[in-house]
Amino acid sequence: MQFLNKVFFSLFLALSGSSAFADYTWNFPTPATPMALDTLEVHNKFMVIVCIIFIVVLGIMIYSLINHRKSKGQKASKATGPSTKSQIIWTIVPFAILLYIDFILMGIPAYHSVVFMEDTKTNADMVVKVTGLQWRWQYEYMDGDAKGIKFVSNLSTPQDQIDNKASKGKDYLLEVDNRVVLPVGKKVRLLMTSTDVIHNWWVPAFGSARDAIPGYLRETWVKIEKPGVYRGQCKELCGKGHGFMPVVVEAVSEAEFKTWAQDQKVKLAAANAGADKQWSKDDLVAKGKEVYIKNCAVCHQAGGQGLPPTFPALTGSKIANGPIFGADGKYLKDSHLDRLLNGKNVMPAWKSILNDTDIAAVITYERNGLGNSVGDVLQPSQVKAARQ
Amino acid sequence: MSTKAAIHHDEHHDHPKGMKHWFTTTNHKDIGTMYLIFSLIMFFVGGIMILGVRAELFQPGLQLMKPEFYNQLIGSHALIMIFAALMPAATGFANWMIPLQIGAPDMALPRINNWGFWLLPVAATLLILPFILALFGVGDGGAATGWTLYAPLSVQGGMGVDFAIFAIHILGVSSVLGSINVIVTIFNMRAPGMTLMKMPLFAWGWLITAFLLVATIPVLAGAVTMLLTDRHFGTHFFDAAGGGDPILFQHLFWFFGHPEVYILLLPVWGFMPQILQTFSRKPIFGYKAQVFSLIAIGILSLVVWAHHFLTAGMPVPALLYFMYSTMSISLPLAVLFFCWIANIWKGALTFETPMLFAIGWIILFGIGGLTGLVLADVAADAQYHHSYFVVAHFHYTLFVGGIMGIMAGVYYWLPKMTGHMYNEKLGKLHFWLTAISFNLTFLPQFFVGLAGMPRRIPDYALQFAEFNAISSVGAFILGLSQLLFLYNIIACARGGKKATDKVWEGAEGLEWTLSSPPPYHSFSKQPTIK
Amino acid sequence: MASHSQKSGHYFVPSSASYSVMLSAGVLSLLSGFVFNMNNFAAGKWMMIFGISVVLAMIFKWMASVVNESEGGMYTKWEDKSFRMGMITFIASEVAFFTAFFGALFFIRIIALPELASFDPEFTLYKGFTGAWPSAGPGGVVLGKTYEVAKFTPMAAWGLPAINTLLLLTSGVTVTWAHWGLLKNNRKQLIIGLFLTVLLGIAFLICQAMEYHHAYTEMGLTLGAGAYGATFFMLTGFHGFHVLLGTLMLIVILLRSIKGHFTAANHFGFEGVAWYWHFVDVVWLGLFVFVYWL
Ligand code: HEA
Ligand code: HEA
Ligand code: HEC
Ligand code: CUA
Ligand SMILES: [Cu+2]
Repeated sequence: MQFLNKVFFSLFLALSGSSAFADYTWNFPTPATPMALDTLEVHNKFMVIVCIIFIVVLGIMIYSLINHRKSKGQKASKATGPSTKSQIIWTIVPFAILLYIDFILMGIPAYHSVVFMEDTKTNADMVVKVTGLQWRWQYEYMDGDAKGIKFVSNLSTPQDQIDNKASKGKDYLLEVDNRVVLPVGKKVRLLMTSTDVIHNWWVPAFGSARDAIPGYLRETWVKIEKPGVYRGQCKELCGKGHGFMPVVVEAVSEAEFKTWAQDQKVKLAAANAGADKQWSKDDLVAKGKEVYIKNCAVCHQAGGQGLPPTFPALTGSKIANGPIFGADGKYLKDSHLDRLLNGKNVMPAWKSILNDTDIAAVITYERNGLGNSVGDVLQPSQVKAARQ
Repeated sequence: MSTKAAIHHDEHHDHPKGMKHWFTTTNHKDIGTMYLIFSLIMFFVGGIMILGVRAELFQPGLQLMKPEFYNQLIGSHALIMIFAALMPAATGFANWMIPLQIGAPDMALPRINNWGFWLLPVAATLLILPFILALFGVGDGGAATGWTLYAPLSVQGGMGVDFAIFAIHILGVSSVLGSINVIVTIFNMRAPGMTLMKMPLFAWGWLITAFLLVATIPVLAGAVTMLLTDRHFGTHFFDAAGGGDPILFQHLFWFFGHPEVYILLLPVWGFMPQILQTFSRKPIFGYKAQVFSLIAIGILSLVVWAHHFLTAGMPVPALLYFMYSTMSISLPLAVLFFCWIANIWKGALTFETPMLFAIGWIILFGIGGLTGLVLADVAADAQYHHSYFVVAHFHYTLFVGGIMGIMAGVYYWLPKMTGHMYNEKLGKLHFWLTAISFNLTFLPQFFVGLAGMPRRIPDYALQFAEFNAISSVGAFILGLSQLLFLYNIIACARGGKKATDKVWEGAEGLEWTLSSPPPYHSFSKQPTIK
Repeated sequence: MASHSQKSGHYFVPSSASYSVMLSAGVLSLLSGFVFNMNNFAAGKWMMIFGISVVLAMIFKWMASVVNESEGGMYTKWEDKSFRMGMITFIASEVAFFTAFFGALFFIRIIALPELASFDPEFTLYKGFTGAWPSAGPGGVVLGKTYEVAKFTPMAAWGLPAINTLLLLTSGVTVTWAHWGLLKNNRKQLIIGLFLTVLLGIAFLICQAMEYHHAYTEMGLTLGAGAYGATFFMLTGFHGFHVLLGTLMLIVILLRSIKGHFTAANHFGFEGVAWYWHFVDVVWLGLFVFVYWL
């Protein structure tokens, strides 16, 4: 029934014309950066141009369709036909018009936009490195007040909303656990890369989109003019989670940015300190569950059953239940810890994404949850040691 | 379609009857018919796949399928529509009409022609097999990479990618064989007096298509071969760690992929003026200008490929070069548009179904072309790229330019091919339903794309919901309307009012001098053209 | 000798035949078997064996009937011209195929590697990587596989490859000499010329096999040796495969010449193969210059 309603509703919308659409965007979202503004202007200008071409040509055509019907007694100018000379002249005219439009009317503003857009380095105030991972973004501040801050930003829309079991929130699919915070009014140079497949970091309100290519660095820039929250998505097909890889940017004033950076540093230090302390099994399992749901459940599923054949089950997995360390105290190749740190094929290498505590916690959780009961505990300090 | 045609006109009793006949025939019209039937079937297969997608996109949230399966569907939809529906349709017409139009007894290499067709079912099987195997728990279904098979996503993918790679190889071999045949036929089989500059535009369009295919399909074959070795034999073409580059794949793919879109349309641009000429009862306007424009498009299409990955990062001069060269394609196209409209101007117009399709085609394809023009702008493309704006653009070009163009051709030549008239009323109804529901489906996609909806996502944010719902409803109406087309074709093949030899009052050209349907060996004695 | 029953204006349309359908069925079995094989399904091997047998049998039957038609005088100048144009177009498509691999080579050398070496030192992912050719890349982790840069020796141009160049160039001469023989109706010259060409082709293949063996066992140069290994083996490998095909075709032509086929006026079969051989020759020159030498 709900389905039918929807069908009728949309048909109604379509038939009732534009008034019903008043609050939907017909064009680019309001620009928040000079680049987006430039893009919007170029786009609008071009749209006007092509609409004029379209209407003029369409007008001529419709005139002909109405007036030159056989049923109106029109006789085709068959016998003589247009002379070759007039044919040549008349085919050169559209050529010349388009030549002017392409290279002058559209070509010149387009040139300036390109140069503007590609100038990522001049007067850049700070550098942030964005890494695409299946299916999350990692941000790393490379210099300035926030230097050294590094975190991962995951989709935070609950699975129940996606599965239609719960009603959808306002920012459905466009919300993350850790927003990337950028100061307003600064030219931020964004370096893009990826560790697995190609992604594309896109915030429509910024007018900047750039591919994140594994093993290469690409760059773009943003200079946000108004504080606020800006949302976008990955726009290069990157596998099953491609639709679930949002970008959320929080633009704040410079002062707020400084405070935020300070906070983050404190938190980071605390988390790193956690690596040296001895954790209880229950704490690790509890923390591990959090980490697991956030990072691993996309592939291995919340219950650990996986999605064979591509994504193996962790419940009962030989690796997840097998020994981690060999007799020499070093972790074994193809052991649980090795797989997490270094990954394999589609399985990401988590060593550059999660900290020691998280890795220890999630491993402990896997071994004592998800239907497994190995019983052992992996301490963050062991992970830290293993990294060396 | 022309079962009757073939069997009825059996002057030479040297070929088997019944099923065996169809398996072994070397006759250009029989093979053309098989191409066309195959194409029609695959159009429905590809369409049903995308209806699944549109149903999923009807509302936000995941209702019908897992994201993996969604990705498999869109890629297969595209590969099937482009390679198994649109290209075979054009080849079918080439087989049927080029010999008739240039006064040849048959295609120049009949056995190659036959094999070229019989490779297609192999390719179709390779594309569909992984889906069937997955039902039985073997492998994980088709390639979940989109039709572009970008590395390294496709390096990572499952067995479906291997099937897709070989399907592309086979489709490539088939197309190259078909192209060789067209090139040789046109250069060697023209009737005395049929100089190149007297040749019908359809033959011209196909000649250029054939050259483009010969030049680009093998490059695609090479690219997917590298993909195969990267997947299974340890090479590092697309892997930075080994010194390779994922963008290399995009260069190779689009070196083929961009000309491909013109490969699909050049035959249509060829026969469209013939339809306009027929129903406006006026000679073709600017024949020479059109020929040169077609050639110019063919050449330009080879040098603009990188506009498909302008956001992948390129030096500024390269960006500018690809932007301006892409824009220049609008020059010859503007000439073509102008010639088409000038052809109508002051004609004595009537609006039979083929003409309706032709006119709808000009208008809607105009929208597709003009949006292509803005896509070429590098700065704005950062926004358009891989958004639904692009999806809308290429359905206005592919579905209208390609499929609706082919439909015009089908209605135009069906009476010639079967010897019967189709049902005019149904044909017109089919046109109006198609044109309207097509716009209902794809017009909203422009807006949803501008607003920021990326393509290839199985689920979307709430602000895109209304437009998507409309689009889905449109798609289902569009799909259902095609049943009329199917019915009309079948009915026409089985009987109906006899068609005259000339069929249309204003028709011009050699094909209309033969009986409807034409004799088994078209021109046993070649006509002479003055 | 074939006599020409030239019915003017009549083009030969061969009677229908079932080769294509069977051939396609064989191809399907071969390719899907290959896929299964690569993905570790046992059935794959058998499907491949079955497929390739069908394919070979059908190609043989097909070629046999074409030869019979040709010898039966079914082809006039008109058909002959079609075959020639067809062959030229086919060779053009082969050129395009090699373009893809040469393109990959140039792209990697001119664009990809320099770019990998050009990132800002403070951000680069690869410290100290210079991107100089020959290169097996900077190494690193991609798709979860740690790739350690292969230690390899690049193939030197002036050893076996130079000999191979000589072999192929000479074979180009011998095949032309055989053609002159045919034109002068000197059958002995034709046969000796072809025989020498076949020998040279085989010698080339043997040298290449030795070169590959050497590369794999002693030089660390494998398919997996980064960009260099990949482009080296794919380019020379596909070329070698074409030499193999060309040699097989030459053998067929040789046997046909011994049986007395071909006349000075009518020998498309011979010429088609000769063109193909020259094409393979030219590709080799490209390889020699860009893969081995520069
Ligand atoms: C047959 C198909 C076809 C055709 C003809 C075209 C034609 C054109 N296309 Fe399109 N294009 C595709 C199929 C096609 N395209 C596909 C499939 C994709 C996406 C692939 C993928 O990623 O999966 C794509 C994507 C695509 C992109 C990449 C977008 C992106 O991903 O970022 C670009 C960018 O430049 C582009 C440009 C163009 C241009 C400039 C033309 C030009 O040829 C257009 C020239 C025409 C004109 C300029 C019109 C002139 C008209 C008039 C003068 C008057 C008309 C008005 C009336 C008659 C009323 N196309
Ligand atoms: C010639 C090419 C061609 C054609 C004809 C079509 C036809 C259609 N396409 Fe397709 N499409 C592509 C080429 C084509 N497409 C390409 C290249 C892509 C990009 C893929 C990628 O991203 O890799 C794409 C992607 C694509 C998408 C984007 C998916 C995504 O990015 O997530 C969508 C979404 O709406 C879509 C819709 C449609 C629809 C509704 C039709 C309709 O026109 C189909 C109409 C036909 C039928 C519906 C079948 C016939 C009718 C029946 C079977 C009767 C039964 C009917 C009912 C029961 C209702 N297509
Ligand atoms: C992008 C998808 C993906 C994500 C996210 C992911 N994995 Fe995996 N994982 C895989 C794949 C695929 C494999 C199989 C690798 C192989 O053997 O090729 C795998 C293998 C494993 C294995 C070995 C299982 C076995 O029996 O082979 C373990 C343990 C594991 N993952 C744990 C985790 C943990 C813990 C996380 C989260 C921190 C995680 N994975 C996140 C895809 C993923
Ligand atoms: Cu990441 Cu799409
Ligand atoms: Cu293009």
